[in-house]
Amino acid sequence: MEQFFFWSLAVGLLAAATSVVTLRNPVTNAVCLVVTLVFQAALFITLEATFLAAVQVIVYAGAVMVLFLFVIMLLDVKAEARRPIPWPKVAAVLVGAAAVVAGVPKLVAAFPAAREPLRWSAQSSTFGAKELGALLFTSYAPLFLATGVLLLVATIGVVVLCRRDPGS
Amino acid sequence: MMLGEITLGHYLALSTLLFLVGLAGVLLRRSLLIVMMSLELLLNAANLALVAAARFKGIPDPQVAVFFVITVAAAEVAVGLAILVAIFRLKKTTSAEDFASLKF
Repeated sequence: MEQFFFWSLAVGLLAAATSVVTLRNPVTNAVCLVVTLVFQAALFITLEATFLAAVQVIVYAGAVMVLFLFVIMLLDVKAEARRPIPWPKVAAVLVGAAAVVAGVPKLVAAFPAAREPLRWSAQSSTFGAKELGALLFTSYAPLFLATGVLLLVATIGVVVLCRRDPGS
Repeated sequence: MMLGEITLGHYLALSTLLFLVGLAGVLLRRSLLIVMMSLELLLNAANLALVAAARFKGIPDPQVAVFFVITVAAAEVAVGLAILVAIFRLKKTTSAEDFASLKF
């Protein structure tokens, strides 16, 4: 069961992520990014992080993607589709990526404890909104407040940046 | 081993692959919109590794970190896209090659 879900979700995630990077039409890229984020949320569920899966779908697949689609609509970007592909750069990045991929099994082998299977509900380690909320409002309360300030500053910054007439 | 039990290593390998895909997008794509989408992929790769670590150790703290990452990523996307819109109004393009005036 774990194997089936992990492998199907992993293949779907990587396929969608590859389409985000390779396809040319920005709207297609955005839709592929939504698919990637939903696959990621499903992977969170296989890791028994149900609250984060919900947050992922609401914040990322919902709010962030609406932002992306609005900007794509606003900019009307179609013209960049006709540029030559920089093959030397592509080759260099692919070689680098292949080197990293070749190193992954060694990296994983360096942690023997990482070989233990992660079975579902092997122990009661499901962290829902209750557990995370308890942590968030006690140990991490200062960070939580700082995040609120950050969001406020980001909102004001966006309004200032997008003003039509900065002079007046 | 390949089709055996799913371990932490599987999730870390998947996270590495996702990070590489995102990194390739950041390095290779010229359109700033796609670069920002690839940045989201990078953040998601880190999130996946953090959640896998939380499951592995049985502690909720990494999940709190992921929560903060998602929040900050939302703010980052908002500001980044605002800058992109401002630049587009100025230059009528979103290709990174056309913003090389600060290049040394």
